[in-house]
Amino acid sequence: MLRRLAFAAVAGMTFPLLAFADTVTDFRLANGMEVVVIEDHRAPVVTHMVWYRVGAADEPPGHSGIAHFLEHLMFKGTDEMAAGEFSAVVEAQGGDGNAFTSWDYTAYFQRVAADRLDLMMKMEADRMRDLQMTEDDVLTERQVVLEERSQRTDSDPGALFSEQRQAALYLNHPYGTPIIGWRHEIEQLDRADAFSFYRTYYAPNNAILVVAGDVTPDQVRRLAETHYGGLEPTPNLPERLRPQEPPQLAERRIAFADPRVAQPYVARSYLAPARDSGAQEKAAALTLLAELLGGSPTTSVLARALQFGESPKAVWTQAWYDGGALDYGSLGLAVVPIPGVDLQAAEDAMDAALARFLKDGPDPEDFARIKTQLRAQDIYARDSVDGLARRYGAALTTGLTVQDVDQWPELLQAVTSEQVMAVAQEVFDRRRAVTGWLMQQEGQSQ
Amino acid sequence: MMMRIAFALILFALPVRAEIDIKEVTSAGGLRAWLVESHELPFTALEIRFEGGTSVDAPGARGAVNLMTALLEEGAGDLDAQGFARARDDLAAKFSFQAGVDSVAVSARFLTENRDASVDLLRLALVAPRFDADAVERVRGQVLSGLAADAKDPARIAGDTFDRLAFGDHPYGSAGDGTPDSVAALTRDQLLTAHRAALARDRVYISAAGDITPAELGALIDRLLADLPATGAPLPERAEWQVAAGVTVIDFPTPQSAVLFGHAGIKRDDPDFFAAYILNEILGGGRFGSRLMSELREKRGLTYGVGSYLAPMDHAELLSGQFATANASAGQAIQIVRDEWRRAATEGVTAEELAATKTYLTGSYPLRFDGNGPIASILVGLQAEGLPIDYPVTRNAKIEAVTLDDVKRVAARLLRPEALHFVVVGQPDGIAQGG
Repeated sequence: MLRRLAFAAVAGMTFPLLAFADTVTDFRLANGMEVVVIEDHRAPVVTHMVWYRVGAADEPPGHSGIAHFLEHLMFKGTDEMAAGEFSAVVEAQGGDGNAFTSWDYTAYFQRVAADRLDLMMKMEADRMRDLQMTEDDVLTERQVVLEERSQRTDSDPGALFSEQRQAALYLNHPYGTPIIGWRHEIEQLDRADAFSFYRTYYAPNNAILVVAGDVTPDQVRRLAETHYGGLEPTPNLPERLRPQEPPQLAERRIAFADPRVAQPYVARSYLAPARDSGAQEKAAALTLLAELLGGSPTTSVLARALQFGESPKAVWTQAWYDGGALDYGSLGLAVVPIPGVDLQAAEDAMDAALARFLKDGPDPEDFARIKTQLRAQDIYARDSVDGLARRYGAALTTGLTVQDVDQWPELLQAVTSEQVMAVAQEVFDRRRAVTGWLMQQEGQSQ
Repeated sequence: MMMRIAFALILFALPVRAEIDIKEVTSAGGLRAWLVESHELPFTALEIRFEGGTSVDAPGARGAVNLMTALLEEGAGDLDAQGFARARDDLAAKFSFQAGVDSVAVSARFLTENRDASVDLLRLALVAPRFDADAVERVRGQVLSGLAADAKDPARIAGDTFDRLAFGDHPYGSAGDGTPDSVAALTRDQLLTAHRAALARDRVYISAAGDITPAELGALIDRLLADLPATGAPLPERAEWQVAAGVTVIDFPTPQSAVLFGHAGIKRDDPDFFAAYILNEILGGGRFGSRLMSELREKRGLTYGVGSYLAPMDHAELLSGQFATANASAGQAIQIVRDEWRRAATEGVTAEELAATKTYLTGSYPLRFDGNGPIASILVGLQAEGLPIDYPVTRNAKIEAVTLDDVKRVAARLLRPEALHFVVVGQPDGIAQGG
C-alpha cells in the first residue's frame, strides 16, 4: 500500500506547461498566404505543408468527392511538370510526401532534408496555380478513387456503418456527406468539375504554409516570398458559409446489418460545439468529459461500469470528442457487448452509466489524473515535429488562430468539474443524437 | 521544361548524414543497451524486445504468449488492473506491450521527473504480473472479439491463409493470437509458463533515446530486468517453405478481392541483401513510381495501392506483396504481377531506376531519426537484426555500392515467377484455382 501512497503523492505534478510560443512564428505574405514556422533543430529535417481552406464540406451539391478527387489529380502534372514527376522528384531528393483531405481542409506535405526546402516550395507553388491534366489521366484516377472507396469503405462494414451514422447526424450540413464521396457521385466526377473547384479554391489567399523542423523564420520568409509571393490570389474568394443545422428535434436511430459483421456494437454520436476561436472553453470541457467517460479502457466511467464487476456487459467501451471542425463537433460513445449480451442491454447499461455520471459528477482523482496526462501529452507531442505541423495546419483551416492553439493547453488545465457537468447537460440530449446498432443479420440484436 | 532541367542538376545531391551519436551502455549486471542522449525534451523513450514472441508458445497453448503480453498491464504486484492504470496515469507514463511472431516488444515513455517511479511500475508489470482471474477473462474476451473480427476481414483471411500454406505446423503457419478454441482453453498456468518462456534476460535487446545519461540508463535496466529469469524457452527450428506455386481462392462476399502473394525471400545477412532490397523497391516498393504501382494503379486504375516487401524473419524469409482490386479485375491484376515478376527476373532493372532508388533510399534514411521515439525504435530493431552499432553510419555506403549487375544477379536468383503463390479472398473473375 505504500506504493499507492507514493504514487498519489505525485499527482500534483510540478513540471511546467511548455509554451509553444517560443518556437512558433506566424506571418502573412502580401498576397494573403498565411505562414507558420515551427522550429525544431534536433534533426536536419523539415516538413513542408500547404493547407487549403477547402474540403469536402465546400463541395457543390451532387458532386461529392470532388475535393478528395482533386487531391489525387494534383499529382498529375502542371505546365512545367509531367504526370507523376512531382512524386518522382520528391523521392529523388530522398523525401517522402503525400496529401490528405477532410471536410474542412485539403493538405499536401513533404518531409525532406532541410536543404531541399527551396525545391519543395518551388514545386508546390507551381501546382497551386498551373495544374494540368489529360482526360485519360482523370478517368484512370477516378477508377483509383473508386477502388480506394471499395477498399476503405465498401469492404468494411464498420466503415459503412460509420458513414451511415454520420449521414444521419446531420439534417442539413454537408458534414453528413462522406469525404471520399458517394459512389454514384464519384462515378460522375469529371475534369471540368475538378478544374472549376481548383481554380476557385487553390490560391495563396486560401492557403496556409506550415514549415516545421530545422529552419529559421527568416529563411522561410525569404523562400516563401520567392516561390509563393508572386502567385495571384483568387478575387472574391467565396465565404465558407455552409448550410447550417436547423433545430434538431427528433432522436435518430439506425440499424445496419451486414453478413460480414463479426462483432456487433452500439455507437451513439451527439452533435456538440466545435472549438471556436477565442471561445474554446466549451470544447476544452468536452475534451475532459470524453476522457472521463471513455478515454481509458480500464479506469474510465464506461469501462468501470460496463467492463468490470460481477457481470460485465462489454468487451470494449469508448468515448471521444471531435472538436476540430469549422462548424460542428461531435461527442461519441460506443459499447461492444460481450457474447450473450444483446445490443439493447448494452445500450441500456451505457445509458445507466451516463445517468449516474450526470447525477454524481466526476471523481476528483480521475479529474486530476486526466489533467496530468493532458499536460504530459504536450511534452510527448513535441517529439514529433510532423504532428505539431498538422496541429497548426488543422487549426488554421478550421477557424482557429495560432494564439488559439497556444492557449489550448492552459484552457484544458483550467476546466472545472462544474464546466464539465454543464457541457454534459447541454450535449447529452438524444434529440440531437444518432444511435446506431451494427449487427450481422436484420432483427438480430446479438 | 526549364524546371525539369533544374531538377536534373540537383537530382543527385548528397544526402544528409544521420547525425546521431549512439553509445553502447553495459550495466553493472551485464545487460547491454544502445543509447542516444538528447536532453532537449524532459522525457525518455525506452524500447525493449524479447526475442521469441508468439513463436515460443508451448504445444497446445497457441495464443498464450499473446494473451500473457496483453495482461502485463492488467494488474501487477499489489495493484489490480485499475490500480495499475491509475498509477501509470498519475505518472503520465505511457507503456505498450505487443506480442509479435519473433518478439515481445515493450515500449515506454516517461517524464524525467517521474523516471524512477515509472520504472518501478514497469518493472512490476514485467516481473510480477498477477494474471487475476477477472482480468484474464476480460482480456480473453477482447482477444476472442479480435479473432472474430479477423475471421471476417478479407486482408486478414488472406494473410492467415498464406501463412498456413507457406509454413504449415511451424509457429509461423498460424496466427500468434491463437484460435477461438485455443484461446478459450488457455489456463492461468499456461499464462505463467508463457511469461517465464517469453520474458527472459538471455534474449533481450534494449535501447533508449532522450533525457537520460549512460550511467542512469545502466542502473535503470538493471533495476527493471534483473529479476527476470536468466533463460527462456528454446526458440523454434527453421520454418521450411511448403507451398507450391498457384492460386488459392477463398470465397468471400465482398465487392473487392484482397490478394496476397509471395514466395521465399532472402536472409538479412546474405551478401546480396542490399541488392535485393533495392530490387524490391523498384519492383514493388509501396511508393508512386514502383513498377507494380505504375502498372496496376497509375496506368490502369486497378487498385488504390500495391506493395511488395522483403521479410527476413528469424526462422524464414519471405518476399510477399498485397493489393485489393475489384472482383472483375482480379485475374487481370494477377497476370500483371506475374508479368512484372518475370520481366524483372529476366531483364533486371535500368540504370535510371537504380540511380533514382539509391538517391531515395540514401536520402530518406536519415529522415527516420527525427525524435526520441523513432530513434529508440530503430535502435532496438537494428540490435534484433544482429546489426552493428555503426550501422546507421555505414548503411548508405552499402546501398551506394550496389551495381546494376548485382541487381541483375539477385533478380535472377530471387524472383521466381513460376513459384509465386497467390491467395485471393473475394469473388474474383478470371482466375483458375489450383497449384
